[in-house]
Amino acid sequence: MSAVAPEGSSEQREVQFRDAAGRAAETAQALAESPPPGEEGAELNGEKMVLNMGPSHPATHGVLRIVLELDGEIITRAVPEVGYLHRGDEKIAENMTYTQFIPYTDRLDYLAPLANNVAYALAVEKLLGIDRQLPARCQFIRVICCELARVSSHLLGLGSFGMDVGALTVFLHTFTEREKIYNLCESLTGARFTTSYTRIGGLSRDLPPGWVEQCRKFLHEVIVNIDETETLLTRNRIFVDRTQGIGVISKADAIDYGLSGPNLRGSGVEHDLRKTQPYLVYDQLDFDVPVGSAGDCYDRYLLRIEEMRQSVKILHQCLDKLPGGPVNVPDGKIVLPPKDRVLTRMEELIHHFINVTQGVNAPPGDIYFGHENPKGELGFYIHSKGGGTPHRLKIRAPSFVNLSILSQLLPGHMVSDIVAILGSFDFVMGECDR
Amino acid sequence: MTALQLAQQIKAQFGDLISEPAEFRGEITLWVQDAERIPEVCAFAKTTLGFDYLVDITSIDDYGDDPRFTLVYHLYGYGHLQYLRLKTQVSEEKSELPTLTGVWRTANWHEREIYDMMGLRFRGHPDLRRILMWEGYPYFPLRKDFPLAGKSSDVPEIAFTSPAPLAGGPFVTIAGGKDAVAREPRVRIPQTDALETNARLARRKDIKEAHGRAYGPGPIEPRNKP
Repeated sequence: MSAVAPEGSSEQREVQFRDAAGRAAETAQALAESPPPGEEGAELNGEKMVLNMGPSHPATHGVLRIVLELDGEIITRAVPEVGYLHRGDEKIAENMTYTQFIPYTDRLDYLAPLANNVAYALAVEKLLGIDRQLPARCQFIRVICCELARVSSHLLGLGSFGMDVGALTVFLHTFTEREKIYNLCESLTGARFTTSYTRIGGLSRDLPPGWVEQCRKFLHEVIVNIDETETLLTRNRIFVDRTQGIGVISKADAIDYGLSGPNLRGSGVEHDLRKTQPYLVYDQLDFDVPVGSAGDCYDRYLLRIEEMRQSVKILHQCLDKLPGGPVNVPDGKIVLPPKDRVLTRMEELIHHFINVTQGVNAPPGDIYFGHENPKGELGFYIHSKGGGTPHRLKIRAPSFVNLSILSQLLPGHMVSDIVAILGSFDFVMGECDR
Repeated sequence: MTALQLAQQIKAQFGDLISEPAEFRGEITLWVQDAERIPEVCAFAKTTLGFDYLVDITSIDDYGDDPRFTLVYHLYGYGHLQYLRLKTQVSEEKSELPTLTGVWRTANWHEREIYDMMGLRFRGHPDLRRILMWEGYPYFPLRKDFPLAGKSSDVPEIAFTSPAPLAGGPFVTIAGGKDAVAREPRVRIPQTDALETNARLARRKDIKEAHGRAYGPGPIEPRNKP
């Protein structure tokens, strides 16, 4: 695996920082040494305070609630509470056919619905044993979908990260570009957010005419926007001071807590499923996996910037190499046959009927498929007893696992560091709570 | 080293405790015969075989079978880049097995989720509370005997009382209502549903008198019936 060290990694940094725990101890000592006179002093040095953050708080990006125990401004204990957005997706999946569940995957990581669609379709195709038989055009279009979703998700993640630590311009700046991705999504799938683009064994439709040119135009524009976003943040004194040395996760902790995606790579673990377990046509594409070194909020930020550049690089290659041909596997038992044949031929009519009423007939067995989503490893575990419905479908949501480290990470930080840490984690509650 | 070779090393270490490796779609599954020894097997896989990443823990409810529950562990190694699946079974009477939090700290939330959704307890877990549902919720929703539509409870402060949300409850559209207020669940006031039922029954009676047989919306269950 090739890797590039992001510009400004810890070796190159001039800014020296104290680790959060050391700073906490110093602050506590300073407080103890100079108690303010009178009764106010007794109050300041008194009992610990419990503060409830969320579930409705702008920095929690959804409905995450954190119960904090504070000693002054220092967090001594943090208990994250999740589940406010629980909809029972796994239960719902057990009661419908594989194809019917595709729209529910839009609503997992609702900032990257296209990537979720692809991940789910690939998981079911792995169960059916056709994941290596997909037409080349379908695979390239799916890679395009994944990478567009990654750029879109990171743009939003960085925008809201910047806004949380006081840089509102970034949010407006990245949203301009994200809007263009949604326009591309709309002409591709017919919907801006709820794309439901993939089908088991293919796609709901081919690329519309002129889409490739639109996408190319967007790629030339977005790379400029990424550079501009960097000039707004990377050397921004306030941003750097608020993120460097904050939320440091060691390599061992990152692995032990099962972090994945940019949060894992920010801590220096060189692992990207697109490289290590190549699916679709990622093994034919040339891209690098950026890896952080300090494991702090600033590294996770730099990493996402670099990941967007790499995604743009992948997208250019895909658009250049995009082959012709069909986008669906030629098997009427898996993909719905063309409508004109359904209306004129007996066999296709039967396939259509069985596909719609009973679903794709999957063999009994277990599969797990892990997909490198913008937020981390989105895994689908399917336990099938045969037939068109899963007996159990487990969604391994990256945001859920990533958030579990908060109770260990937050203590020792100041209250104001929480927004920087949460911003750098870039989680989505729709996926966390399922 | 392939996943099969790694699985055979576990088999060699633990002997009869581990089943023969089974392969499906290139993935290796091992059955651990005794759920009590899962931490031991996992600790060996982590320290000796380099499976340093616990990807996921899942539970399956085979309602009607004995043992009823299956636990599924997915392991992965950053060194050798191989997946391995461990499975073990727990009976309904026992519903308990030892925790893995001593081996991987990420097991904490996965096990809380299984406790929440399936009702399996993890002995030695530091913080075994519900995670997605709320404290005091009386059921385990991912069990197969829990209906998709939901289930009413007798604890009004904590969970829905009758009827369940999708079984004629407040989220269900009443077809044939005289106006949007009567039809639409979002604007309906639950207390007026009984009145709507009476109006519907009267309308049904009118239809029967006019046509000789009743069709259209039938009576809905009264709200206070369990």
